[in-house]
Amino acid sequence: MSEALLRIRGLRKSYDSRLVLRSVDLDVAEHQVVCLIGGSGSGKSTLLRCVDLLDVVDDGTVHLGDTELTDPRLDADLVRRRIGIVFQAYNLFPHLSVLDNITLAPRRVHRVPRAQAEETARELLDRLGLADKAADHPERLSGGQQQRAAIARALATGPELLLLDEITSALDPGLVGEVLDVVTDLKQRGMTILMATHEMGFARHAADRVCFLEDGVVREQGTAEQVLTDPRHPATRRFLSRVLDR
Amino acid sequence: MEHGTTAEPEQRPQTADGDYRRSPREEERRQFRRARDRRNRWTAALCTIAFVAAVAAATVASPGWERVHALFLDGAEFRHALPEVLDGFWLNVRMFLIAEVLILVLGLLVALVRVTRAPGLQPLRLAATVYVDVFRGVPTLLLVFLVGFGLPALRLQGTPSQPWVLGVIALVLSYTAYVAEVLRAGLESVHPAQRNAARALGLSTPQALRYVVLPQAVRNVLPPLLNDFIALQKDTALVAVLGPLEALRAAQIKADYDFNYTPYLAAALLFIAVTVPLTRVADRLQRRAAQRAWTETGR
Repeated sequence: MSEALLRIRGLRKSYDSRLVLRSVDLDVAEHQVVCLIGGSGSGKSTLLRCVDLLDVVDDGTVHLGDTELTDPRLDADLVRRRIGIVFQAYNLFPHLSVLDNITLAPRRVHRVPRAQAEETARELLDRLGLADKAADHPERLSGGQQQRAAIARALATGPELLLLDEITSALDPGLVGEVLDVVTDLKQRGMTILMATHEMGFARHAADRVCFLEDGVVREQGTAEQVLTDPRHPATRRFLSRVLDR
Repeated sequence: MEHGTTAEPEQRPQTADGDYRRSPREEERRQFRRARDRRNRWTAALCTIAFVAAVAAATVASPGWERVHALFLDGAEFRHALPEVLDGFWLNVRMFLIAEVLILVLGLLVALVRVTRAPGLQPLRLAATVYVDVFRGVPTLLLVFLVGFGLPALRLQGTPSQPWVLGVIALVLSYTAYVAEVLRAGLESVHPAQRNAARALGLSTPQALRYVVLPQAVRNVLPPLLNDFIALQKDTALVAVLGPLEALRAAQIKADYDFNYTPYLAAALLFIAVTVPLTRVADRLQRRAAQRAWTETGR
């Protein structure tokens, strides 16, 4: 395999005077699932926001395929069409039905005819177990259903890369499974995924690689098995013992 | 995050990690952004100048421009009229300040009456609702006429007779209805959980209202409240129809006397001098409120 689909080099980002990412290097190969782990405030979300160009980086580069995302000459909207993102707080549009949430971008951005967009959306909803919720508004759905609808919305434009930002953190424990099952299904279908997560159990069985972020850098990365069961770096060990021995 | 993240990268202080130096790529990006910003500023400036020039040219080229210039933009007349109009304007400011205090107090009372649920207060609630409906429905100018000429005609003991006082009464009646509605919306915008949390701490209903609900309600509706104040400041000119020597009336007298409308322009400038700063304050508050709403709902 040649170059990875997503290549992050020397990424640096601070908010006001707080340095969040010092220098992050990270690769996500095509069809891989990479999990970002680390304490709250370690910069997992910031990293995802920088990749999706929601924040401007202070230094470093991000490449998606042949495109340098951090090029200021670039039209950010064109890039975002190639990347899907799902947020912790769902961020579904409350004034639209689930179906309209999903077809909004295909119809308005990609100019897909309504009938075709809705057909794709219904197929997605069917796959994600939400076939009967298409006409409902988000407020009528449970947290897990809303998050699955948000995933469907992110997938509707056929992105090359999917960013998942702690998508299960706002959910009741009983609803986490149904959302993670969707991610496992996406992995089996060959989706390329970069996700920030606190679900170590999920990371262990679903992630191809796990990256531990600490103090603005990737402290340790490797296969899920290696990082989670046999961490090399003391900081990783400390972090894992804190989250696992509860 | 408390602050927005809109600050330019250039202005962001670098955190102390000694050996960091910007990469050439980043330097090149910054240079590109600076050049783009510079280009954008030039474009903005040129567009603005072109627009202003076009409007000015169209105005000056209009067939009636000579007459308008003589009738509305007479420099000598302006200097002559300004002191008298300014004298009148102080009355506008006084009316505004007095009315404002009364409106806030009465508006709050009406709003509180409208949000209470005690069954014994039903008649008061009904009165407050009818009051708001009626006085929001009547044009303010009409109200000034009705109060200004109607109230003295009743010949009641102790009714004021100075026209400006009657004018203030009319303005208070009209604006209290608006402000009461704004405040009521504010009271209803505070989440019931806040009231419950206060009650759970042992605060009585009035205490919960006073210390928890009302401060948040006022904070939420400060921008629309200020909009009403700005409107009130302008509407003090409506009292002119009752005859007191406020800015508009003074300008009118002067204009009739000299057959020149420049005094009106003087009055307009005085109103603008007060309302524009108020508007800026309202804008700033509105922006702050919006930012607060974002941080409270997460990003």
